[in-house]
Amino acid sequence: MNFIDNPRKLRGFEKHIRVEKVSRRSILKGLGVTGGFVLAAPVMSRQALAYETGAGKMPHGVVVDPRVFVSVAPDGIVTIIGHRSEMGTGVRTSLPLIVAEEMEADWSRVKVQQAHGDEVKFGNQDTDGSRSTRHYLIPMRQIGASARTMLEQAAAKRWGVPATEVKAVNHEVVHSASGRKLGFGELAADAAKESVPSIEGLKLKNPKDFRYLGKGQVGIVDLHDITTGKAQYGADVRLSGMKYAVIARPPVTGGKLVKFEPDEALKIPGVEKVMQVRGWPWPSKFQPLGGVAVIARNTGAAIKGRDALKLTWDDGPNGKYDSVAYRKELEEASRKPGLVLRKEGDADAALKGADKVIVGEYYIPHLAHVSMEPPVAVADVKGDKAEIWAPVQSPGGTREDVAKTLGIPEANVTVNVTLLGGGFGRKSKCDFALEAALLSKELGAPVKVQWTREDDIHNGFLHTVSVERIEAGLDKSGKVIAWRHRSVAPSIASTFAAGTVHQAPFEIGMGLVDMPFEIANISCENPEAAAHTRIGWFRSVSNIPRAFAVQSMVGEIAQATGRDQKDMLLELIGSPRIVKPNVKDLWNYGEPQDSYPIDTARLRKVVELVAEKGEWGRKVPKGHGLGIAVHRSFVSYIATIVEVAVDDKGKLTVPRVDTAIDCGTYVNPERIASQIEGAAIMGLSLAKYGEITFKDGKVQQKNFDDFQVVRMDDSPVVTNVYIVPPGPDTPPSGVGEPGVPPFAPALINAIFAATGKRIRSLPIGKQLEA
Amino acid sequence: MIKVKINGQEQSWDGDPDLPLLWFLRDEAGLTGTKYGCGQALCGACTVIVDKEAVRACITSVNDVAGREVTTIEGLHPNGDHPVQKAWRQVNVPQCGFCQAGQIMQAAALLMDNPKPSHDQIREAMSGNICRCGCYQRIENAVHLASTGV
Ligand code: FES
Ligand code: FES
Repeated sequence: MNFIDNPRKLRGFEKHIRVEKVSRRSILKGLGVTGGFVLAAPVMSRQALAYETGAGKMPHGVVVDPRVFVSVAPDGIVTIIGHRSEMGTGVRTSLPLIVAEEMEADWSRVKVQQAHGDEVKFGNQDTDGSRSTRHYLIPMRQIGASARTMLEQAAAKRWGVPATEVKAVNHEVVHSASGRKLGFGELAADAAKESVPSIEGLKLKNPKDFRYLGKGQVGIVDLHDITTGKAQYGADVRLSGMKYAVIARPPVTGGKLVKFEPDEALKIPGVEKVMQVRGWPWPSKFQPLGGVAVIARNTGAAIKGRDALKLTWDDGPNGKYDSVAYRKELEEASRKPGLVLRKEGDADAALKGADKVIVGEYYIPHLAHVSMEPPVAVADVKGDKAEIWAPVQSPGGTREDVAKTLGIPEANVTVNVTLLGGGFGRKSKCDFALEAALLSKELGAPVKVQWTREDDIHNGFLHTVSVERIEAGLDKSGKVIAWRHRSVAPSIASTFAAGTVHQAPFEIGMGLVDMPFEIANISCENPEAAAHTRIGWFRSVSNIPRAFAVQSMVGEIAQATGRDQKDMLLELIGSPRIVKPNVKDLWNYGEPQDSYPIDTARLRKVVELVAEKGEWGRKVPKGHGLGIAVHRSFVSYIATIVEVAVDDKGKLTVPRVDTAIDCGTYVNPERIASQIEGAAIMGLSLAKYGEITFKDGKVQQKNFDDFQVVRMDDSPVVTNVYIVPPGPDTPPSGVGEPGVPPFAPALINAIFAATGKRIRSLPIGKQLEA
Repeated sequence: MIKVKINGQEQSWDGDPDLPLLWFLRDEAGLTGTKYGCGQALCGACTVIVDKEAVRACITSVNDVAGREVTTIEGLHPNGDHPVQKAWRQVNVPQCGFCQAGQIMQAAALLMDNPKPSHDQIREAMSGNICRCGCYQRIENAVHLASTGV
């Protein structure tokens, strides 16, 4: 197992992260706040809350301070800071909405302001891991409740009555005994002088009085701007005197520039300059690959100029990377024992003694994020100061990395976060912002670095490539008595540390060692695999191959024993219980198992709910089939039923999708539905078309013609979403990612039901045409 | 010197006549509502309306639109209240929103040509516009809503 020594290398994956021991004192000093309070880890005492989360273990923990997040203007406008990055989940609306709810602000008089990257001030800002609501529901409520209390105290003082007699209601404070009222704006100046109440003493609203939370009536704050073209994404930033750049990067990971001839490029009208960009050796986290930049008066000229460059590269150690050969390596490794990560009973012996052994080897190739907005960043570096505008998921990490890359203090770096035109994990890596910073410094002018779609596909941080091999042993009665799962895939940790051959705890914790089935003999293993390109987080990460393998295997067992898929699935899940896998340091998405156990009652519940609402077992026309899958990821539980139709030429369509999600306490059901609808499309895209292949070290795809995604004409006709109502104290869990993993196996199980063909290798491509 | 009317305003360009309209709009004219997603007419993010037709600005040169009338998302309606825009908001279509200007322009062009498109006609006409976030179900519903009156 690899352990990463630098705690900041794997931002967001707390298994590797040591909590920063920033003293309370030093944070207060940094803020220049007296009387305000800032919490470093651990954030919440058990007494204060019904549950604990892993929020305090994130870099810089959580800051609960109304003075940082809320301001009230004399005209009554309440400004609330959104400190997470908006990439389509609705978080820029949801978190401020929580504050507004608790402080009794009227949403129509609230403005949301995007935080710049500053984790000492705002707490952790890594918008990844489907964590925002789960880590911030309570802190945002506390911030809102503090602000409300301060407004109430100010009003009580003004009227000379006890604070217990006044109450904030819809943007004003009311003294009902006398009928007096004061608007938030009228109280703003006095409230600012009030001391911030202690967290323990705060009174949170009774959920039955919620006006916004859990209702889904509030549209996203950017809705009007998005529909009128005013919304500002990374690419839309324009500074005076700004230059436009595109960069030719090494086509092979770890390759280097040998020489370049700029003459032809410089003849292109609009091209102003051609210059070399510094690159770092592979692997070096998110540092730029280097190459040659073409600087022009507009992006079109820069692209044309780059096409005219003559470039010679040294491909380096990965020049032979070949996807066909590599797949064989992974398959062979999966057939031999690997590092044992979870062992219960004796799977070897049980498999030997089994009446029947079913073996499945499941393959998923590399995938590219292809967020609709390719990476792009604007930088303005002047002397030892840098200002960045970029669509980044990790504004705090970006700030650190820019400072390090330029060799200037972090305090001199400002990172402005624009809207993100999709993220999916790609924009957790700030290489594009670092490129812009380096170029701006060299040029002495503001510069925008635009990645083309081809750059995005050729030089990204890809989803891993994997073989998941499962052997299931059945006894005479058809009961599963043994389960051996070997997962072979290059690890994301290989992008941080050379020589990594095993998966990291956060990867094995995504559906491998936390597998919830009630089986007596279990072995989960991880044979070695070395990386030959940059591997990175891709929405849902290792849960994609794991759910595909595990849930396909359920379908295969049902198929072999003549059982109904859903019944088989429920039998394997077994009794309602808390699963405690025999694993050292179960990752559990960074969450304590007390608050976020592996709860098979909840897993069963989403299966049963989707089966009922999705009419499992309904009669479907000839050529159609139903498939089901369930998966727990990001501490949420999701089950999906897919109906497919396969015509006699093998053309695959999806008439209907039904998904049930249990994500605990939730904020905005309308956005949950949109995430799940989108997850079905992303799941279908990767199942049907998703494949990045390498030959001679180079990615063979280039744009949406050969790396296809689902378009409207082959998207599911209807996707229905059912949300499990939470219990009174059920902690919130992830929404952005968990929808994707169950989709592909439900689809594949449905294809089997429709055609009798079992697909074990994605993408489906032409496999149904044969 | 090329003259082109953009959102009702006369603009001129004396640089490279082959410059894609997309980059002219975004980088030279400062109209950043039109987006870059692929540069190869594969994704529709750059869709604008030229005269009455939806075109991909990434493969249309400034020269190609000389003397013609270009409408971008900024010019679709003075207050952003074109029926398609209103329907988009009513249905809460966008996730990240990056593809949506192109989607809206494509939908507006479709409705000019066919005011009451069927389910299949919507799906076909809109299939040149990729939404990586996967808002298709809502896009379809919003086009339908816009065609039946918001
Ligand atoms: S950018 Fe023009 S179609 Fe994609
Ligand atoms: S809303 Fe994100 S690409 Fe369409």
